[in-house]
Amino acid sequence: MNAPTELTAAQAARRVAEGSLDAAELFDAYRSRAAADTLNAFTWVAQEPRAPGGNPGVLGGVPLAVKDLFCTEDVPSQSGSRILEGYRPPYTATVVARLEAAGAPLLGKTNQDEFAMGSSTENSAFGPTLNPWDRSRVPGGSSGGSAAAVAAGLAPWAIGTDTGGSIRQPAALCGVVGLRPTYGAVSRFGMIAFASSLDQAGPITRDVTDAALLFSWMTGPRDPCDATSVAFPHAVVPPTRGDLAGMRIGVPEELGAGGLEPGVAERFEATLELARSLGAVTEPCTLPHAPHALAAYYVLAPAEASSNLARFDGVRYGHRCAGAADLLEMYTQTRHDGFGAEVKRRIMLGTFALSSGYYDAYYGRAQRVRTLIARDFAAAFERFDVIATPTAPGVAFPLGAKVDDPMAMYLNDYFTVTAPLAGIPAISIPCGLAAPVGGGPQLPVGFQLAGPRFSENRLFEAAFALEQAVGFEPPWRGVVE
Amino acid sequence: MIDRDQVRYVARLARLELSDEEVDRMAGELTAVLDHIATIAELDLDGVEPTSHVVAVENALRPDEPRPSLPRERALAAAPAVLDDGFAVPSPQA
Repeated sequence: MNAPTELTAAQAARRVAEGSLDAAELFDAYRSRAAADTLNAFTWVAQEPRAPGGNPGVLGGVPLAVKDLFCTEDVPSQSGSRILEGYRPPYTATVVARLEAAGAPLLGKTNQDEFAMGSSTENSAFGPTLNPWDRSRVPGGSSGGSAAAVAAGLAPWAIGTDTGGSIRQPAALCGVVGLRPTYGAVSRFGMIAFASSLDQAGPITRDVTDAALLFSWMTGPRDPCDATSVAFPHAVVPPTRGDLAGMRIGVPEELGAGGLEPGVAERFEATLELARSLGAVTEPCTLPHAPHALAAYYVLAPAEASSNLARFDGVRYGHRCAGAADLLEMYTQTRHDGFGAEVKRRIMLGTFALSSGYYDAYYGRAQRVRTLIARDFAAAFERFDVIATPTAPGVAFPLGAKVDDPMAMYLNDYFTVTAPLAGIPAISIPCGLAAPVGGGPQLPVGFQLAGPRFSENRLFEAAFALEQAVGFEPPWRGVVE
Repeated sequence: MIDRDQVRYVARLARLELSDEEVDRMAGELTAVLDHIATIAELDLDGVEPTSHVVAVENALRPDEPRPSLPRERALAAAPAVLDDGFAVPSPQA
């Protein structure tokens, strides 16, 4: 029998239910692995399950790693920021509470870019997370701690959040599965907000089956505490399909503008070939406004962030500067000391875009581009079931390579920002390995499928069939320590 | 294009103190990002409605049932300074 930590979450949950695996032993096995983390994936690790004893629940007591920005009662919830250092909230986010109630106890909190702003987890006030495939490289971001923890087998599964790609891009760079659900499908209550019209929580898992299982307990009825949440209209079904017969896959003609690395392009084409061999039809489609998505995103997300982050003022929680002469100085100095460089940059960008004289040219135009991107997808989904793209333009890049060049960092999000702007779901699965530009050991490549609103079951089915065909060697079984 | 005076003005709006060095760096970095964003100026957006929210949700109401709120001491527990059961701040006019 495999070591319990080599099982997928769904396999472990089944063994607990059958009585062949003890939930407490499983928790301890992961707890020791997480506590010995040398990737800086965790910012806090639990001593024991928060509801010890009792029934392991439908999720079998399989422990869950949770991104730092989810509020967890009396447990540090810092969103990767110095301004919230040591903050322990008085309540728990709805999605974490739902998963705990279903039998997934909190294993630990995972590292992230500060307030989820970044694509490398280097913007964390608590130091960068390392990619388990190559410790000189980034795990992606902003949910880099969750992705690295799952890839290295420090956690069986995790949740993250995705505003412009922060679940899918780190999942791609770490060789695991990440789903950004339909906007509103998962409650945002208790998520420390970045950009409220784009933020969405989702699973980061070892395989597609685990993603479907975790998602099925993250979504559900509307949360009365989140006015933008919606009831998920379907039962989430575990994927079983082995083929893609009848599946129509659109491949955007606008891919070329994304600066694809040759190795990623080659894996992407090979995966499309696999899809055809499974019975899918792949045809070019057009998303004419996709090349403008990144520009629209980097107006809208910072604009919402500049408003959301006004709450960090040194009054009610978190850091307050010492010795301010008056209230205004207390605000400005607290925010100077507490926020990191990227967060300041986004607050400045967003405040500028919303300021008098610039609002229409930037924020107003970006909102209209958002409408066009949603229309592009709606038109494409009249002909296609799903749209396929690479998840990220390249494989994991070296630590420090892009940290001083914001625009180079933002270009990582080229393929992922379109789905959040349109509010649609998208999944990333590993589709093989490619050598980085400049040489070095081979690294994971992500394959992304986007579908219409509430089409998660279709995405799971398609991703599952491809996953079986790709046969990606799972990283937690010895590829990485 | 954004110059150092504009950076200082926007920082004041954002209640953000920036050092001289941060102002210099921010002017360069924001200009590079705004140059990329300027590509949306080329699009013809006449007659296109803005999207502020992707889900059509109207009047998301819940039953108006009284329930306990956060106890005062829990709400104040993380505050940097507390005075007379409230959040204490420096005077606006020291």
